[in-house]
Amino acid sequence: MRAKPPFEAVVAAHGTTVLRVCRAVLGPADADDAWSETFLSALRAYPDLPADANVEAWLVTIAHRRAIDVTRAAARRALPVADVPEAGTAPGADHRELDGDLAGALSRLPPRQKQAIAYHYLAGLGYAEVAAITGGTADAARRAAADGIARLRRTLAAVTISAEGCR
Amino acid sequence: MNTTDLARELGQAFPDTPGDLPALHARLAAAAQRDGTLDIAYTTIDTPVGPLLLAATGRGLIRVAYAAQDHDAVLQALADQVSPRIVRAPARLDQAARELGEYFAGTRRAFGVPLDWSLSAGFRRAVLARLPEIGYGATASYADVAALAGSPRAVRAVGTACATNPLPVVVPCHRVVRADGAAGGYLGGPEAKRALLTLESAA
Repeated sequence: MRAKPPFEAVVAAHGTTVLRVCRAVLGPADADDAWSETFLSALRAYPDLPADANVEAWLVTIAHRRAIDVTRAAARRALPVADVPEAGTAPGADHRELDGDLAGALSRLPPRQKQAIAYHYLAGLGYAEVAAITGGTADAARRAAADGIARLRRTLAAVTISAEGCR
Repeated sequence: MNTTDLARELGQAFPDTPGDLPALHARLAAAAQRDGTLDIAYTTIDTPVGPLLLAATGRGLIRVAYAAQDHDAVLQALADQVSPRIVRAPARLDQAARELGEYFAGTRRAFGVPLDWSLSAGFRRAVLARLPEIGYGATASYADVAALAGSPRAVRAVGTACATNPLPVVVPCHRVVRADGAAGGYLGGPEAKRALLTLESAA
């Protein structure tokens, strides 16, 4: 049996990556809460984690669930508003001051695309692992990431052109 | 812009920010303590005998270790033997750290911090439990301690108990010396043993 390292080593090895993922999926305002709740949940469950598990994929899975909780809580807080924002745009609201940059563009992607990009490109997970977290097939996860990347590229190209037009 | 460039830009848009982690980590440690899932909290303190690792369960101080014992290896052993829910969380070690600070300053002669004895069992634990009876500044031979523990012939076992003391300094195995007056072996190294005995004889 492989020895399971002290939980502190897990935080040291994966803390910054999980923080990047939380920021990408939730935006900076909710990322700290999501990070704390992710590692607290992980600490609770850690003794039962198989010693040969992919710890990063496990942490991103927990962060994903926390992010859904945060998004739902935000939606509940926003309930009295008459015109409910499109799904996928609400949690990125705090990126608005960054309009035009990549972080802002990512925050406005539909959740599936945003998640696929964050988990694959920022956490370095394979599409099979991404699919295990978000549901659906690995191919669907790959398509979601590709569609999201294409949309980001269009958004950024438009921004670049309008910025050049200003000169 | 191709996908590789975009992926690189994504990395730059969400950079690694290790500087943000200490505050988040402190928050996690406090939340885990409240949550009851912080099985083992630890910290390291600087002392005249080098950095000491201090680890505590909810019951009390469970481990003190010298740098020579390899702090990473000691934490891994705690993960294997007690629980892998181990987080650097200095708050739980405040009392132990304060008492050790006073001890090394020469103003404390006995420790009051609660101890968790779960790493010791049987005769070894019986031996270790008697060690505080060797007063500050005094020494006893391995044979004396064997007699004290009720097994006068178990001199070698007393040596083993001292060599595997999970709570050195606080449980004073450094006061157990050879019958000929030489300091004898010590889990923190002979220099550390001499330093502690010198400290206690000077105060």
